[in-house]
Amino acid sequence: MTTAPAATRPAGNPTQLRITRSTSASRITSGVLLAVGVGLFAVPTLFGTNAVVQLTSLFIYMILAVMWNALAGYGGMVSVGQQAFIGFGAYATIWLTQHGVSPFPAMVLAAVSAAVLAALVALLVLQLKGGQLAVGTWVIAEALGLLIVLDTGLGGGTGISLQGLNSYTPELRHAYIYWLTLTFLLAILGALFLLLRLKTGAALQAIRDDEEAAASLGVRVRPLKFGIFVLAGFGCGAAGALILANTLFIQPQSIFGVQYSAYMIFMVLVGGLGTFEGPILGAIIFFVAQQQFADQGAWYLIGLGAVAVLFALFLPRGLWTVVSDRLPVQLPLGYRLSTSHPSMKEQHG
Amino acid sequence: MTAGASMVAGTGALRDGEPGGTERSVLAARRLSVRYGDVKVLDDIDFHVAAGEAVGIVGPNGAGKTTLLSALAGTVRPAAGSISLLGTDLTQLGAERRCRLGVARAYQVPKPFGGMTVLENVLVGAAHGGQLRRRERFERAVEVVEVCGLADLANRRAETLGLLHRKRLELARALATGPSVLLLDEIGAGLTDSEADELVATILQLRQRGMSLVWIEHIVRVLVRVIDRLVAMDAGKIIADGAPDAVLRNETVMAAYLGKTRS
Repeated sequence: MTTAPAATRPAGNPTQLRITRSTSASRITSGVLLAVGVGLFAVPTLFGTNAVVQLTSLFIYMILAVMWNALAGYGGMVSVGQQAFIGFGAYATIWLTQHGVSPFPAMVLAAVSAAVLAALVALLVLQLKGGQLAVGTWVIAEALGLLIVLDTGLGGGTGISLQGLNSYTPELRHAYIYWLTLTFLLAILGALFLLLRLKTGAALQAIRDDEEAAASLGVRVRPLKFGIFVLAGFGCGAAGALILANTLFIQPQSIFGVQYSAYMIFMVLVGGLGTFEGPILGAIIFFVAQQQFADQGAWYLIGLGAVAVLFALFLPRGLWTVVSDRLPVQLPLGYRLSTSHPSMKEQHG
Repeated sequence: MTAGASMVAGTGALRDGEPGGTERSVLAARRLSVRYGDVKVLDDIDFHVAAGEAVGIVGPNGAGKTTLLSALAGTVRPAAGSISLLGTDLTQLGAERRCRLGVARAYQVPKPFGGMTVLENVLVGAAHGGQLRRRERFERAVEVVEVCGLADLANRRAETLGLLHRKRLELARALATGPSVLLLDEIGAGLTDSEADELVATILQLRQRGMSLVWIEHIVRVLVRVIDRLVAMDAGKIIADGAPDAVLRNETVMAAYLGKTRS
C-alpha cells in the first residue's frame, strides 16, 4: 500500500503489516455499552417495583449464563453441578445472618465463601475429564443439598426464610437487591472482559477449542482452568444469594436442583457457547420464553429441551455468531492484521 | 555432520560415541519406552538431534514415529527412560513447560483453534510458548504469518481453512513459540507437488536460522531435500540411523517397508 517505513515494523519486512485491536467504532461501542450498564442503575428510580423485580431475575440469569459459559465455553469444563455453589451461596447467606451479619454484607461474604469452596472442589474435580466431570460436579451438588436437609438449624428439608430484610420497605428492599445484582453482573462481566483482553483471553479460547494443542503451545492449562472454576463458583454463589434475597425463602431441593444447570446450558447453547456476548443474549431469550410459556408446565420444559437440542445440532455456535457476523462493529477482544497507513498512529489498545 | 554417520541396524542401536549423543545434542532421549496398556509402542529407544541438525524419521504405520514425537513433546508419558533438552531433564515436565523451554510440535492432524483467527492462533504460541512481551509478540506473529504464507488469511477464522492452510497454520503456531527444536509430524501429507515445494522452501529457510528439526514424513523425496540424517523405525525400535541414502538402501529398512520382518 505504501513504501514509507513505519517505525513499528520489524526489520527486513517488505510489506506494511501491523496488528490492531480496536477501531474507533469498537471503542465507541464499548463506551456506549458501559454507559448503558451504568445507566441501568437508574431503573429503580424510574420504574415500578414489578419491573425492578423482573430485571433482577433477568440479571441473575445473566450471571448464571455468563458463569456457565466461562466454565464450558472457555475452560472446556462441562459442569452439571453449579447448583452446588448456587445453594451454598444462598445457605451461607442464611448462616451468616443467623450469626449477626446483616443481609447485604452477608450476601457478598457468601459469594466469596462460594469461591473458596470452588477452590477446594476444583482440586478434586479438575482431575476429571468430560463426562466424569459433569457427573462429579452433580454428585457434589446433590451431596451438599443432602447435608443441608440434615441440618435443622438451617431449616432442614422444609426450607428457611431470610431474616433481617423486613426493616426495609418492599420498594427499597427490591431496589437494593436490584442494585446489588447489577453490581455483581457488571463486576463479573468486567472481570471476564479484562481476562479476555489479556493474554489469558487467547489462552482460554485456545483451551476452549483444543486443550492438548493449547498445552503444546505453552499455555498453562491447569492454573487457568482452576481460576475459571473459582470465578464460576463466586458468580454462582452470588447468584444463589441473590435468588434468596429476591424470593426470601429457599428449600434445599429447589436451590440445589439440577434445573439450574439445565437453564444455564440452554441459555449458553442458544446464545453462543464460547462468546462473550452470547450468554447475555441467551439469558434474555430464556427469560422471555419463561415469561411467555412457563404456565404450560411440562410442555414448556419439553419445548426448552427441544430448542436446546436443535441448536446443538444445527447452530452449535449459537445465535450470537449469526448476529455478530452481520454486525459492522465488534467488541475490541480479538486482533486483526491490517495494512499500515503511515498517517495513522499505531493502536494496540 | 553428526555422530550418526554410521549405519546401525538392529535393536538397542548405539551410535559411535555415547548413547543419545550427549555432548552435541540439543534434544536427547535415552532408553525410552512407551506402553499403551500391554503394548510396547516404543521399546528402549535412543534418539537425539544435534544443534542445527535436521533429522528425518520414516517407518511403516504403527512403527511408533508419532509416539516418539509425543514423548519428546510431553503429551505421552514414557514408561521408562529419560528425555533432556540441552542438559535439562524434561522427563517429568508436561507439554506446556517443554514448549516454553524450546520444544515445539506440529501435529499430524492439524489442531487449529477453530473459533480464533489465524493471527490469534499464532499469537497464542508467541504469547505463551514464546513468553514474549506485547511488542515482540506482535512482531513475531507478523513475521511467522508471512514466512508461512498466511498473511492474506490472517483474519480468517481457522475453522474455515482448507487442509493446506491448516498444515501451514500448524507450522506457524509452532514457530511462533520460538523453538530451538521443531518437531514436525507429516506436515507434507496430502499436499500437491508445488505445495510440497513451497513447504520445503519454508523449512530450508528455517534451517538457516539454526533451528533443529525432527520431521516424520512418508513422502521421502520431500524429506531428503531437507534432512542431514535419517532414522528408520519399525515395531517400536530404531532399525537404522545414518545418512539418508544409506538408510534408504538398508536391507532391514526395505524389508520393514515391504512387511517381511513384521512379527
